[in-house]
Amino acid sequence: MRLQYPPNVRIIEVPCTGKVDIMHLLMAFEYGADGVIVVGCLEGDCHYSAGNLYAKKRVNRVKEILDKVGVGGERLAMYNLSSGMGGRFAEIVREITEKIMELGPSPIRVATGKATGPIAEVTT
Amino acid sequence: MSVTTPSKLQKMIDSGNFAVTSEVGPPRSADGAVIEHKGNLIKDYVDAINVTDNQTSVCRVCSLACCIRLKLMGLEACLQMVTRDRNRIALQSDILGAASFGINNILCLTGDHQHFGDHPKCANVFDLDSIQLIQTVKMMRDEGKLLGGHEFAVRPQMYIGAAANPFAGPNVAMRVSRLAKKVAAGVQFIQTQCIYNMDTFKEFMKLMVDRGLHEKVAILAGITPMKNVGMAKYMQKRVPGIDVPDDIIRRIGGVPKEKQAEEGLTLAVEQIQELKEVEGVRGFHIMAIEWEEKVGEIVERGGLFPRPQLA
Amino acid sequence: MIKAVPKPLEEVLGQVKDFTKVLIVGCDGCVTVCEAGGMKEAKVLASALRLYFTQAGKQAQIDETSLTRQCEKEYLAQLSDKMDIYDAVVSLACGCGVQYMAEMYNNKIIYPGVDTCFLGVNEERGLYVERCQACGRCILAETGGICPIARCSKRMLNGPCGGSDAGKCEINKDIPCGWELIYERLKTLGQLDRFEKPVDPKDWSTSRDGGPRTIVREDLRI
Repeated sequence: MRLQYPPNVRIIEVPCTGKVDIMHLLMAFEYGADGVIVVGCLEGDCHYSAGNLYAKKRVNRVKEILDKVGVGGERLAMYNLSSGMGGRFAEIVREITEKIMELGPSPIRVATGKATGPIAEVTT
Repeated sequence: MSVTTPSKLQKMIDSGNFAVTSEVGPPRSADGAVIEHKGNLIKDYVDAINVTDNQTSVCRVCSLACCIRLKLMGLEACLQMVTRDRNRIALQSDILGAASFGINNILCLTGDHQHFGDHPKCANVFDLDSIQLIQTVKMMRDEGKLLGGHEFAVRPQMYIGAAANPFAGPNVAMRVSRLAKKVAAGVQFIQTQCIYNMDTFKEFMKLMVDRGLHEKVAILAGITPMKNVGMAKYMQKRVPGIDVPDDIIRRIGGVPKEKQAEEGLTLAVEQIQELKEVEGVRGFHIMAIEWEEKVGEIVERGGLFPRPQLA
Repeated sequence: MIKAVPKPLEEVLGQVKDFTKVLIVGCDGCVTVCEAGGMKEAKVLASALRLYFTQAGKQAQIDETSLTRQCEKEYLAQLSDKMDIYDAVVSLACGCGVQYMAEMYNNKIIYPGVDTCFLGVNEERGLYVERCQACGRCILAETGGICPIARCSKRMLNGPCGGSDAGKCEINKDIPCGWELIYERLKTLGQLDRFEKPVDPKDWSTSRDGGPRTIVREDLRI
């Protein structure tokens, strides 16, 4: 299965989305990411029981922070997919890339004049 | 109940007749005529008139001023006092003030939490609780002493009352236990929470009688007529510590809307008749909430009128 | 332990937005345990402030650190050589730490980053419940180990009031009636006789009512 997804996406693998910290997400934006998605296992299917549920809470908290500091919470999202849903994964990445393109570059990247800002993405 | 005061309410209770008290709620404005009007509506039907103290934590004319007004009209007033809003200095000060006008009845309460009222953001006091207020009044009256130790000659001649709620949790035995504590503190009469659940109330009174507490404190049974089924449902669902059985809701709701008030009054009268037979019940406290004009009718139909004239 | 919650981000933003050099100082004590003001929260707040200033096109230096305890001068002194760099400091300690910092760095603007709430326990992660009001004269021996001052909404010493309903407080169905808990515990302990004995008015002078309090332990002082 060779599924195509946009090349301006950087994948950061973690053992479980439960490992994804609020600071990882915030730092991605500080470094100039235009958008971040966290992709975890289906709810109820976490190998570590509740890792993806913690991730969901953290994502929501960071979305709130991004809204309040003028970056925009819509630049961050979380999805829950199983390992057999590669097709859907590629589709989500295409959709989110389009959405971020519409939103334009992150205000952080604009302000700091960083030339390229990859869409950082975290997945399991 | 040993200490005798000039209270007419005490005289009535001690005479062995059923006592009748009622209450009036002061206005939320400086209109003094309201209390005068309400007092006149009920004065011939009751032995003493309670004035509520910022009930449900809604700010109103103070109980003390209204009691003085009633006293100046020649009526027997009962000063309700909650410990929510005043510390022991203010409470004792108001007791002395009331006594200086010849007010001889006091109802000692802790009071609803301000959360319910029109100033939910206020600080509360609760320096004392109801039982400590009872102790305080008793000390002032019997020892001529303030909590701070100051001794004085002219003592407040207060007939000391409090409330009891047989229907609050966790069980009737605990509620009797708590009332025993009020008796130990020195309370002389009790006005109960409004009674709708007769079985629970009778169970409560039986425990009181078994312990002989009914001889140490006079129980005035609380009666509140239902105006309509909406009020019955509201009291069942929303008012903490009130137990309205479903059959009451069915009964009031079972008659056409325009007849519900009448049914509510009839129910109150039947409750009085039934409670007269319960050992230990020494009278009635009729709380006709914003319905003072019906107190006379309830008292008359309850067979409690005319009020005995005591020397 | 002392329980606190982070202040809303917009409140902190409103306070520091006109400065360019801000230090966020966490406290490794109580506020770390309730996840309101430790090193972690200091980092998150600093990152959020950096994002805010950057997107607003403003050059700012936002740094974070954390101290073992902000209620002790020895630890606060660790900031002394870098304090001059900053225009303002946000302290994530409880009210004690914020004040002690302000006292020690008299000419520095210090903002509180948390709302200090009460003395409580960790029932679960993220669920903290009040247990003590520090009244200065403990009566737990008489009340079955359950404090009526902290756990009765009317701090009654002779409860419960008539508003308790099915074991819950009249002001909120989620709050257990403190006096029903006491009654049940006394029953379990075979001490129900205590329940019918009126408790005299309390001496509140050891509580907040006596004015700001000081403990002097001569046995510990040189």
